[in-house]
Amino acid sequence: MLNRKKQPTITDAVDFELKLKKCEQYTLHNKVPVYCLDAGIQEVVMIEWVFYAGNWYEQQNIVAATTNFLLKNGTSQKTAFQINEHFEFYGAYLNRSCYNETATITLHCLSKQVGALLPVVAELITDSVFPESELSIYKQNQKQRLEVNLKKCDFIANRLIDEYIYGIYHPYGKYTSTLDYDAIEKSALEQFFQKFYREGKCIIFAAGKLPADLDKQFENHFGSLPLQQRSIPNIQYNIQSAENKKYRIINDADGVQGAIRLARPFPNRHHPDFQKAHILNNIFGGFFGSRLMSNIREDKGYTYGIHSFIQNHMKETSWMISTEAGRDVCEATIEEVYKEMKKLCDEPIDEEELHLVRNHMIGGILGDLDGPFQLIARWKNYILNGIDENYFYTSIHNIKTTSAEELQALAQKYLQPEAFYELVVI
Amino acid sequence: MIQYNRFQLDNGLIVLVHEDNATPMAVVNVLYDVGARDEDPAKTGFAHLFEHLMFGGSINIPDYDEPLRRAGGDNNAYTTNDLTNYYCQLPAANIETAFWLESDRMLSLAFSERSLAVQRKVVCEEFKEHYINKPYGDVWHKMRALAYQVHPYRWMTIGKELSHVEDATIDDVRAFFSKHYNPANAILVVAGNITTDEVKRLSEKWFGPIPSGKKYIRCIPQEPKQTEARKQLIEAEVPLDAFIKTWHMDARLDKGYYAADLISEILGGGGSSRLYQSLVKEKKLFSNLDCYHFGSMDAGLLAVEGKLVKGVSFEQVEKALHEEIEKICTTPISDNELVKVQHKTESVIAFEDMSVMSRANSLAMYELLGDASLMNTELEKYHAITAIDMLQYSQAIFRESNSNTIYYKAK
Repeated sequence: MLNRKKQPTITDAVDFELKLKKCEQYTLHNKVPVYCLDAGIQEVVMIEWVFYAGNWYEQQNIVAATTNFLLKNGTSQKTAFQINEHFEFYGAYLNRSCYNETATITLHCLSKQVGALLPVVAELITDSVFPESELSIYKQNQKQRLEVNLKKCDFIANRLIDEYIYGIYHPYGKYTSTLDYDAIEKSALEQFFQKFYREGKCIIFAAGKLPADLDKQFENHFGSLPLQQRSIPNIQYNIQSAENKKYRIINDADGVQGAIRLARPFPNRHHPDFQKAHILNNIFGGFFGSRLMSNIREDKGYTYGIHSFIQNHMKETSWMISTEAGRDVCEATIEEVYKEMKKLCDEPIDEEELHLVRNHMIGGILGDLDGPFQLIARWKNYILNGIDENYFYTSIHNIKTTSAEELQALAQKYLQPEAFYELVVI
Repeated sequence: MIQYNRFQLDNGLIVLVHEDNATPMAVVNVLYDVGARDEDPAKTGFAHLFEHLMFGGSINIPDYDEPLRRAGGDNNAYTTNDLTNYYCQLPAANIETAFWLESDRMLSLAFSERSLAVQRKVVCEEFKEHYINKPYGDVWHKMRALAYQVHPYRWMTIGKELSHVEDATIDDVRAFFSKHYNPANAILVVAGNITTDEVKRLSEKWFGPIPSGKKYIRCIPQEPKQTEARKQLIEAEVPLDAFIKTWHMDARLDKGYYAADLISEILGGGGSSRLYQSLVKEKKLFSNLDCYHFGSMDAGLLAVEGKLVKGVSFEQVEKALHEEIEKICTTPISDNELVKVQHKTESVIAFEDMSVMSRANSLAMYELLGDASLMNTELEKYHAITAIDMLQYSQAIFRESNSNTIYYKAK
């Protein structure tokens, strides 16, 4: 007789042996490091060029983001249209993103098309010219986009909470106004490009079903470019956290929801508490079955979703709780968040819950190691943060062994309501 | 080429197996043949609300999520206008837990009043977050209502209004379950590091004993051919004027669907597409612009949507858009453009098929369309579309009388 009440026997995920597939590394003639991971069955690749060209290095607001955005918008040989046409003709996607320390160009394409695309990427990073006409369209459209975003409570809340923690002059805390767009000039972009792309430090990551001669192609197209000529400038910023901790803001008088953000400063991944705090965060608000979700969504129905996370910053970071809740239950939501913090401080997590979270986290990593793009993303994260594969194995070890007492001690150390900035934007 | 095996249980449940031993994981995907199009017009949003309730405990298992996570797994689900799909991924060694969980909620839910009360609130917050508390959030509510007068695509998956969700009762939940949630109306796909024999054994064991249920025969009024252009002006507290226009297009399996898909790609797919180049870059009329369709199973809509650059009038954008539409209706696309959209299609399919989960999803979707093997003939179908096909299909759909236009005006 089938017993539907009893869960079939399972192998504990914590008993799995997790192996991180190694990443091949070599260096081009001009010292550009290349990291490759040949894996997967589909005939596709992802190649990423990482530059130290984030907003950390700009002297004027949004110069880094604008330079990055306009990399695709014209070289001395090609118009923006011709560049787009080239990549799109081969069914490829060329994206660029600007972060705090780094900025990237990412190519996704069919493996067989790599040869046709690399030369144009090389052209973009050596010969971008930032045409005035493109810059002016960009300014106009970005300003319009910003105007729409400023109507959204979540957008406003994300900006303000970072400002409170890091200060408006810190790369992690500053944000954009329409005036910043007006102030951008072509010459500033050219200078930034010259310093941080054309002659800047570059790292290449590639993953997927890689063409057999990819190393030769990289050497051909990138090995003799003038990259790696400059060292990364050593710039320090002071954190200027806000004094006041509590904020209530009305952005839209008719708003039916409030965007809630609670956050406290937190050390980066090199700190001994980091990995274990990550486990505590999981239990607190890191996945669908977390305490915050179970209480505030699944029990109270105050929100569609609530999450806690440690911001993915290289230097200083923060531990944040984020949700959009019904306007009339925002204060009640905050109260519940503090109650959950208090519970984690007052009572050790029981073994059953901890065991579940261990299994769930290990199962998640196992699934995440499946697929070349996820793998290279993990490696990239390690390499850019100056850590190695030992970090992976220690983190697995920590997930398997961190005790309820250690987690409770961490909660007592970090999950103290008075340490948190508190913001509601309606 | 995606390999799979197919069999059917005595109770009618269709099972597809896709073996891939390169992964340590397994995916169990259960698709139910019910979407927002099957709802009562007075109780819209129900299929989606019901999806939430599927996590509120089943007849023998008080909590769905917890045992799955204990087995190292995770899950999610989505509802569209056409279907409802549930999927979980877990280490292949623990796959039986997924069979146990999925079969129990197909057998019967717990029908908890409390879960209903909470999920009504959660879905109302979801409604607010995405459709009320965002500028332009209601634009597709309005467009659907304008473009469809008969077909249930005239409402969104989230529902026509909050009150429909708020008023849902436990009797509605029971009736919906018994009508749609049974082996006769479901497709099970298992993919990953498993064997077909093992899946057969586990399917028989866990799903075999579930009563077949009655096959739901869909009887939806199809939208009559539109004969007159429809226009609507909306004034709202938004920062910029927005423009959206749609044209009726073919259903998912019709040839016209493939032509429409490629046409939307030529018009709006990427920075070198025609509309982007002409209307955003050269004429500077729109600050952003998209051209897309939803891939819906019944006859769908092809849409062009964007925000107007300040100072530009609706008449100006209509005229410029019309010129581009004229072009695609009178001159066949170039050989270069044809090769370009073919490359793009090949690439989209290759990237889509990368993850086991997405392969499992696709197999279920194509089986619902009638035959999972359609998944392996898609590329051919796209490649069979010629420049002349696209010209003719453009002429067929881009008639003003087949169009619906909304001017979303900033107050």
